[in-house]
Amino acid sequence: MNRHAIWAIYRVEMARTLRTLLQSVVSPVISTSLYFVVFGAAIGSRIDQIDGVSYGAFIVPGLIMLSLLTQSISNASFGIYFPKFVGTIYELLSAPVSYLEIVIAYVGAAATKSTAIGLIILATSSLFVPLHIEHPFWMLAFLILTAVTFSLFGFIIGIWAGTFEQLQLVPLLIVTPLTFLGGSFYSIDMLPGIWRTITLFNPVVYLVSGFRWAFFGKADVSLGLSLGMTLAFLFACVAVIAWIFRTGYRLRT
Amino acid sequence: MHPAISISGVSKTYASGFSALKHIDLDIRHGEIFALLGPNGAGKTTLISIVCGIVNRSSGTVSVNGNDIDRDYRMARSLIGLVPQELTVESFETVRSALTFSRGLFGKPANPALIEKILKDLSLWDKRDAKIITLSGGMKRRVMIGKALAHEPEILFLDEPSAGVDVELRQDMWAMVRRLRESGVTIILTTHYIEEAEEMADRVGVINRGEIVLVENKEELMRKLGRKQLRLELRQPLDAVPQALAGYGLELSADGGLLTYTYDNQSERPGVASLLRDLATEGIAFRDLDTLNSSLEEIFVNLVRKAS
Repeated sequence: MNRHAIWAIYRVEMARTLRTLLQSVVSPVISTSLYFVVFGAAIGSRIDQIDGVSYGAFIVPGLIMLSLLTQSISNASFGIYFPKFVGTIYELLSAPVSYLEIVIAYVGAAATKSTAIGLIILATSSLFVPLHIEHPFWMLAFLILTAVTFSLFGFIIGIWAGTFEQLQLVPLLIVTPLTFLGGSFYSIDMLPGIWRTITLFNPVVYLVSGFRWAFFGKADVSLGLSLGMTLAFLFACVAVIAWIFRTGYRLRT
Repeated sequence: MHPAISISGVSKTYASGFSALKHIDLDIRHGEIFALLGPNGAGKTTLISIVCGIVNRSSGTVSVNGNDIDRDYRMARSLIGLVPQELTVESFETVRSALTFSRGLFGKPANPALIEKILKDLSLWDKRDAKIITLSGGMKRRVMIGKALAHEPEILFLDEPSAGVDVELRQDMWAMVRRLRESGVTIILTTHYIEEAEEMADRVGVINRGEIVLVENKEELMRKLGRKQLRLELRQPLDAVPQALAGYGLELSADGGLLTYTYDNQSERPGVASLLRDLATEGIAFRDLDTLNSSLEEIFVNLVRKAS
């Protein structure tokens, strides 16, 4: 194991976060606060409790997930796309590092960053609504698992993307709609029959549901199903990355 | 002992069908400066990129100090430092952190004293905490050299090191290359400047259209470089060179109409005058004469032209 290499990449990636502190950390906190003002205070005051939880508290797990997904993807995709774009990728390709080490370093850094942002949003939320976390361990486990899974997904996008536009395409056109429609701001039980069934094809539902269970002990789908779907997506990403490195797809000509 | 680099039967055909390298066989010896000479698009960078693991080859094997670049890629790659042709740098990093990163990436523990020494050798110490984006092009080139040296490689690749580099930096760079060679580092440089190969290299390889056309010691090439040829067009064809002229080492063309004398124009007595006198004595008359320089440039151009 080339641990010096893992540490070198990880440190550079984290340094980039600190260098762009405003964009990296402050902006998700501000946008989350805005969601709170709009959904929590303005709309939420007209919505009853859901499963015995006030609407303001109910949307906290969804809001955290929303940022966690977008941040994981953008951090990881940018981290590997940028060296490709400016050409410094030559050094990574010529270095004595294994694929596993490259993935650990880039995905680890992206997941660290998005997990930190998730926790910061959690802390921000507690300023708006009183929060009680039923299962802190599972809350953290879901947070980290989701961060890692979507950082892997972001890594794939970063390798696939040939332009900055493509880099934004998947998050913008697929991930954000799925997140908004994945029960971040409502319980899927509130949907009419057919839409409820369609929603079950949205993988984000399982993430939000499991994460919400960790907070309130109540979920749209069972905990096992949530965990299983998250892990399934994680392994799918790992499989794609393994294929990418084996074939040199978009990395080695 | 294994060669520093052993390339055997390496070919590269790109997905577009373009054949960039055709069955390359080449050994690089330990501690030498090897110049890979060739026109643009000859395959120099592709060959280097294959050895360094950046480009996949279509066939053939490469080993670095006996380590196969696939099977023992960690060992093979950790021995190599690469300075690519393009100026590609992490614009927002500082000079020192860029070198520290490179060292770590190649699996070496941090060594601030060594990084300091490299930066001082490259006249970058004053700029150690400057962001790379603020540096001039020449300085960025130095940073790239520093990054390649940060993990103390045994083999250094310099791909077109003098492209876009001013005279001062070029001289600094050559001084550094010589110092590295003295410390036992093997150096492979690509160039399309013949003077550069002449000045620096122990051996020269000429590559054209994906094929190695020639590999020779520089002395050997220089010997040819220092030569001139006198060609005499005879009035009457000869069957053979007369015995009296045997000492000159003359070459007679197949039809007997052209006599070629190769001589060292640097010497005190090139022998041209005495040859002409002896020809007159033998009664061999010529219609015309001309002289040619056989420079490395000319050898190179001929090789490249012949191959195409």
